[in-house]
Amino acid sequence: MAEKYIARSTAIAARMLGGEMMVMSAADSTFFTLNEVATVIWQAADGRTPLSEIVAGKICHEFEVEAERAQHGAERFVDELSQHGILLVSDRPFDSPPFAETP
Amino acid sequence: MTLMAEMNQRALDLGVPLSVHLDLTYRCNERCVHCYLDHDDHGEMTTAEIFGLLDQLADAGVFFLSLSGGEVFLRRDFFPIVEHARKLLFNVKVKTNATMIHEREASRLRQLGIEQVQISVYSHRAEVHDAITKLPGSLDRTVRAIRFLKSQGLKVSISNVLMGGNFADQSGVIGLAKELGVAYTLDPTITPKIDGDTSILALRIASSELKEIFQNEELVGDVAEFCAPPPPPGEDVMNGFPCSAGHTSCYISPYGDVFPCVQFPLPSGNVRRQKFLEIWHQSPQLKEVRSIRARDLPTCSTCSHVGTCTRCPGLAYMEGNMRGPSTADCEKSFQRTGIPSANMLKKARSGSASPLIQIQGLANQEQILTASQQATQLTA
Repeated sequence: MAEKYIARSTAIAARMLGGEMMVMSAADSTFFTLNEVATVIWQAADGRTPLSEIVAGKICHEFEVEAERAQHGAERFVDELSQHGILLVSDRPFDSPPFAETP
Repeated sequence: MTLMAEMNQRALDLGVPLSVHLDLTYRCNERCVHCYLDHDDHGEMTTAEIFGLLDQLADAGVFFLSLSGGEVFLRRDFFPIVEHARKLLFNVKVKTNATMIHEREASRLRQLGIEQVQISVYSHRAEVHDAITKLPGSLDRTVRAIRFLKSQGLKVSISNVLMGGNFADQSGVIGLAKELGVAYTLDPTITPKIDGDTSILALRIASSELKEIFQNEELVGDVAEFCAPPPPPGEDVMNGFPCSAGHTSCYISPYGDVFPCVQFPLPSGNVRRQKFLEIWHQSPQLKEVRSIRARDLPTCSTCSHVGTCTRCPGLAYMEGNMRGPSTADCEKSFQRTGIPSANMLKKARSGSASPLIQIQGLANQEQILTASQQATQLTA
């Protein structure tokens, strides 16, 4: 399966509140709260690190989740957020990720 | 409970300032007859100071940031400020008269991922709008700007402040909003001037016009439901607080002064002298505001409207007591339901007014000294 690279869109607002990330799409005002695992993926979405590496390095390691299950969950999460323009997805690293900073 | 309501509750529980209204300047190129500000620069925060403040607000957990004024586009550093705010991932709303927005500015706002641009429009007729703004050609420029913003796909909301002089044009502004494809917000709020001058409150709409708004199905939805008598208040109502001011939101002036709300001029600190979070957590004024529950309000706790009234503590404060009634909101509750408030009845009993018709008259007179807060909204 092709590798995926994910980057946070510029068209979002986000802030951590009580351990969960609030994210709102400027495009359609869709509002999400991300749980702890999803927040880790979102914060690691720097446009350069492959999703599989984020899953292996951050999710499986920190949350003691089996690799295949973690990868499947991460793919679904990325698909949903990309549909709302919150995450950008590419099969190659982004040249200049939208925002280097994480809230 | 909606997800947003859950976030508000969580912010309240955690003591997080979820929303901040930041005025970047009081300078303006319009001279609206009802404006509560003076338009001189008494020492606005510098670009560096605002950048530093935004950094602090992000660290404090602020999510919703309203940038307003004055006219924000009079600040030469407006776009660098917005850019910095968006880098910090605030949800940014810009309030403006839009007269300085052209294609380039609209495009830049789009690039920066602004959530919404809120624009003041007083009438669909230039002779009425321009007479209020005292800037000839302002309606044409504002409408042209709205088209530029819409062409960029930005969300735009027309804010229609209602006064006696433009009340008759309300439906015309709704029509204009529909034609432009933007949201419409009606606001019957006229507040005293920042220097305490209450003369502009004479511009307010009449009680009969307020009632007309509450009876307008297009504005309020189900009129019978909207105007229904208030249900008896429960314990949750009596233990509740009136609004988010000082609880999950606050206002910061161009000079760094912190207040519970733009309509609640209780000085609570200054970010030029203290860190924002220090003010937010330690200010005695904000602590006092937070301590007030409905049960603590001497008159309002006895009022049948206590659970449904839009009572504004800031307007009450401007009347002399933040725990007292806001007579403008008493008037709204009365016009909405036909049931006089406890404050009205108390004044009637004290002899300053007696039968109901005089209660209404008294409220009308007192409303000159206050202002109304509730904004009725509809999306055109």
